[in-house]
Amino acid sequence: MTTRHPPGSPGSAAVEFLRPRSLSQALAAKAELQDALPIAGGTDVMVEINFGKRRPAALLDLTGVRELRGWQRDGALLRVGSGVTYTRLEAELAGLLPGLAMAARTVGSPQIRNRGTIGGNLGAASPAGDCHPVLLAAGAAVEAGSVRGARLIPADAFFLGPKRSALADDELITAVLVPPAPGPQQFAKVGTRNAMVIAVCSFALELRPGAGVGTGIGSAGPTPLRARDAEDFLAAELAGSGLWESREPLPGAVARRFGELAAAAARPVDDVRGSAAYRRHALSVLARRALGWAWDSYRKEGHLCG
Amino acid sequence: MTAPTITSIRAGRIGDSPQRPDGRQKVTGEFAYSSDLWLDGMLWGATLRSPHPRARITGLDITGAVAMPGVFAVLTHEDVPGRETYGLERPDQPVLAIDQIRYQGEPVALVAADHPETARRAAGRIRVSYREEPPLADARAALAPGAPSVHPGGNLVRHVRVRRGDPDARAAVVVTGEYEVGMQDQAFLGPESGLAVPAADGGVDLFVATQWLHVDRDQVAASLGLDPDLVRITLGGVGGAFGAREDLSMQIHACLLALHTGKPVKMSYSREESFFGHVHRHPASMRYEHGCSAGGRLVYVKADIVLDGGAYMSSSPAVAANAATLGIGPYEVPNVVMDSYAVYTNNPPCGAMRGFGAVQACFGYESQMDKMAAALSMDPVEFRVRNAMREGSVMPTGQVVDSAAPVAELLRLVRDRPPPPARDTGDLRSLPGGVSNTTHGEAVVRGVGYGVSIKNVGFSEGFDDYSTARVRLELTGGEPSAQVHTAAAEVGQGLVTVLEQIVRSELGVERVAVLPADTTIGSAGSSSASRQTYVTGGAVRAACAEVRSQLLARAGDPAAGSPGNRPPGLAGAAGLGDLVALLGKPAEATVTWRHRPTAPLDPGTGQGQAHVQYAFAAHRAVVDVDTELGLVKVVEIATAQDVGKAMNPQAVEGQIHGGIAQGLGLAVMEEIQVAGGVVRNPSFTDYLIPTILDMPPVRLDMLELADPHAPYGLRGVGEPPAISSTPAIVAAIRDATGIPLTRIPVRPEHLTATQPDEGPDPPSAMIMGRNAPHRVPFDPRS
Ligand SMILES: Cc1cc2nc3c(=O)[nH]c(=O)nc-3n(C[C@H](O)[C@H](O)[C@H](O)COP(=O)(O)OP(=O)(O)OC[C@H]3O[C@@H](n4cnc5c(N)ncnc54)[C@H](O)[C@@H]3O)c2cc1C
Repeated sequence: MTTRHPPGSPGSAAVEFLRPRSLSQALAAKAELQDALPIAGGTDVMVEINFGKRRPAALLDLTGVRELRGWQRDGALLRVGSGVTYTRLEAELAGLLPGLAMAARTVGSPQIRNRGTIGGNLGAASPAGDCHPVLLAAGAAVEAGSVRGARLIPADAFFLGPKRSALADDELITAVLVPPAPGPQQFAKVGTRNAMVIAVCSFALELRPGAGVGTGIGSAGPTPLRARDAEDFLAAELAGSGLWESREPLPGAVARRFGELAAAAARPVDDVRGSAAYRRHALSVLARRALGWAWDSYRKEGHLCG
Repeated sequence: MTAPTITSIRAGRIGDSPQRPDGRQKVTGEFAYSSDLWLDGMLWGATLRSPHPRARITGLDITGAVAMPGVFAVLTHEDVPGRETYGLERPDQPVLAIDQIRYQGEPVALVAADHPETARRAAGRIRVSYREEPPLADARAALAPGAPSVHPGGNLVRHVRVRRGDPDARAAVVVTGEYEVGMQDQAFLGPESGLAVPAADGGVDLFVATQWLHVDRDQVAASLGLDPDLVRITLGGVGGAFGAREDLSMQIHACLLALHTGKPVKMSYSREESFFGHVHRHPASMRYEHGCSAGGRLVYVKADIVLDGGAYMSSSPAVAANAATLGIGPYEVPNVVMDSYAVYTNNPPCGAMRGFGAVQACFGYESQMDKMAAALSMDPVEFRVRNAMREGSVMPTGQVVDSAAPVAELLRLVRDRPPPPARDTGDLRSLPGGVSNTTHGEAVVRGVGYGVSIKNVGFSEGFDDYSTARVRLELTGGEPSAQVHTAAAEVGQGLVTVLEQIVRSELGVERVAVLPADTTIGSAGSSSASRQTYVTGGAVRAACAEVRSQLLARAGDPAAGSPGNRPPGLAGAAGLGDLVALLGKPAEATVTWRHRPTAPLDPGTGQGQAHVQYAFAAHRAVVDVDTELGLVKVVEIATAQDVGKAMNPQAVEGQIHGGIAQGLGLAVMEEIQVAGGVVRNPSFTDYLIPTILDMPPVRLDMLELADPHAPYGLRGVGEPPAISSTPAIVAAIRDATGIPLTRIPVRPEHLTATQPDEGPDPPSAMIMGRNAPHRVPFDPRS
């Protein structure tokens, strides 16, 4: 008795497997065969295929496309290729994009982090994708490439609905463009297990000293969301009270109000992972705590500098 | 085609911890599970299942599937040649649905095709018309007068009454509580799978992952309309069991397809199908009333326990008996009124799972013990110790506990363990939420809780519980070597290793081969109820004694005549040189071995010597709770368990760690969420089991107080760790939060008062009066 896999697939249902070796080949293939499903780490695609939720006629394997696999500085921005894995985000970008590294660290298990990519996270466009709140908070843009050329989609215009994005049928995600963190970033995610868990809800925060605040909410609405009222409130408080300059402790009432406004921005539902009421409650706690941690490190930096 | 023989020349006798033969293979991914079985030219089977929990089948059209190229057979219930139903205790479950559907996922039709994908697609082309009916989804409502019946004869599967002492006893301090247990899944990693091969004699050979080959064989044979001898079952590689393989899944289906097509047929469930392919742990709804003297002695316990058995009987009657007979815990209580009910609903069928009825009750009685201790302003351990059962105590069934019952000692051992170190807020992994970065110590409160449990070992209530073993000693290559053959299922617990150790100790030989388990030898009983080392270990020991007697007789030793006389192994007794000479021809013995008999429960009072052996364990849980977010980190479990004799200390430790992980899962995360009979989370994305980062360090005290009635004095170890670990963890969470917590698993919502709006409460139904006429179906086991 030996172990084997069933040979081929039955009849005409064979899946075409395309393996471009360069970005231009990949874009050409996508233009030609628009319903080819891109596959990067495969940690979403293979699950969907195994569960019978998808039967793509063709798979477009992006792992051989070198242009997608690196990250570098691009003027004032960082250009993170769509094929960069979580393991690398965590190991290589903890200094420049600490929020993204923190989010990467929460994803799945070591095996998933070795395979899964930031581009795959965006491509799946799940409201629970862990990169998304950070990209929203950091004001990132998604670079979409096609044979027609490249365009930038702001992160907060990228997500259209559950598992729906602004990507056109002939486009691939080539990179994420994001400014290096101008100040402290935080990411926090609630799950009912202490590891390897899909978010019940999550929250990301970026402080831009002297300039403002960015936020992102995950898994508490049909798409990842920004908490704009919370951003405006906090930016006004920090600027109005001269806190950016004084680096005084943040009044408890400000942190609490920030939490409430973050929770109010969510549009959660009851589902198997958690109740809507819990998600709102937890978001208010996460936002308040994340602000506390971020503000603490902002104050410490100031102390170190000065 | 045979499964591999596991031969081992590793050293290791009773009390050692030799390496297990499958360990390395499993870690490196080389172990052949039943899902890896393969024969050239085999077909693949697929099952069409009902999406509805309750419906009438008004039409069934298979033509679309039959017409597909590559399809060899499409079968419905009309193609079942023998008995159209099966079941462990009563055959109430259709092999394939007969005109009606009683639970979501019920098999309706089968397909065999030359490719698994073709088989699945063909199943999708079968047209079934259903007339949906409102499912009966609430177990207490199912007992209410006028509730629609899931089966003819009503929804009561079994009512077990236990009455001891004065039913109207009164006490100075009384606490009551209502508790609920959600539906836990065994969540084994190797899905249901096997390969059926038609044989020239009209029979079938089945290679399958199961827990009990002979009850599989008998049920398969009945439905195929074959003589049991024509159904030969060989154990495939088992990827975990925990009770879920005690009922049939794909066994009859694959054999039907194989006999129908004349070709080998393989079936292997996907993870999602697996959630519908086996029974789960019974959800329970329990009401307890405890009465206590002002001095802290229990006066009475009154309880009713309703177990949701789902759509079919499975082993529900025995689960109900366990909940009833063990339902007040390891305590001395002079007056007991206990009613345990198993009921039919349109929920997924429930049956055996590690702990088997004792788990649900333990959450109830241990929650009550804490509540009573609080009412008395007593320390919870002190209160338990004061009421702890000991050797010689009388169970509510009237049975005297006639071997070690060190309940107080186990409690003291866990209480006196030094506390775990304070948390390290610098390491996220040591905080609730882990690397998800939800707290740096904010709102984290530590809590401590205790639990202690009792479990029966082996099959109960008069069941003829035996095992069969053949041991053969011969010379191979001039060296003495032994072969052991049983039908006992190695399901991951390490049985193969233990049987080798027994043979080495009994016969003094180093080379021992454990042959594949199959039905060419007599039944070994199930690998369940913590019984296999006890019963099959007992049978192997007895067979070794037989072999030894034969050889001693050959040597003309006068001791040979008395089987009770056991010299310390042949090598020691006869000398290896002599042994080689004596083994000119092999020595072989086949023995059927039984533990001492048990007796049925009296149907009116629940009195009877129902159980063979009792096992006890205590747990102390230390948890850190993020009280604002409702997230829990179990920091440490201290446990103490009496194992009678640690046959293989490392394997015992493995059982204890694994059982605690499963108990932890039930405490804080594991639940099949069922709404209106429909499963909402049939995947490992949303059915969460603990990861290594959820599993705390375990501090273990292992006692070895020999049971004089058991082989080697051993006590079954598999289940106790999974029983009181759960209430200990919940008690620790209560200690940290002050929230009563009456339902498991505890969810973050329970700790933050953010449960979803449920709308109006479902109509609450009272249980039929305690004096209502009861019905006790034949029920061999517990
Ligand atoms: C066990 C497990 C745990 C997980 N845990 C988490 C978790 O904690 N948090 C989380 O966010 N996710 C989690 N996931 C989901 C998944 O790992 C992530 O979403 C991951 O980022 C997907 O990346 P990938 O490279 O594997 O994507 P793939 O599976 O290859 O692709 C995902 C989707 O993106 C599309 N796609 C991929 N690359 C591109 C591209 N360059 N351009 C356009 N479309 C593209 C694909 O067509 C597909 O629709 C988990 C998955 C598993 C199996």
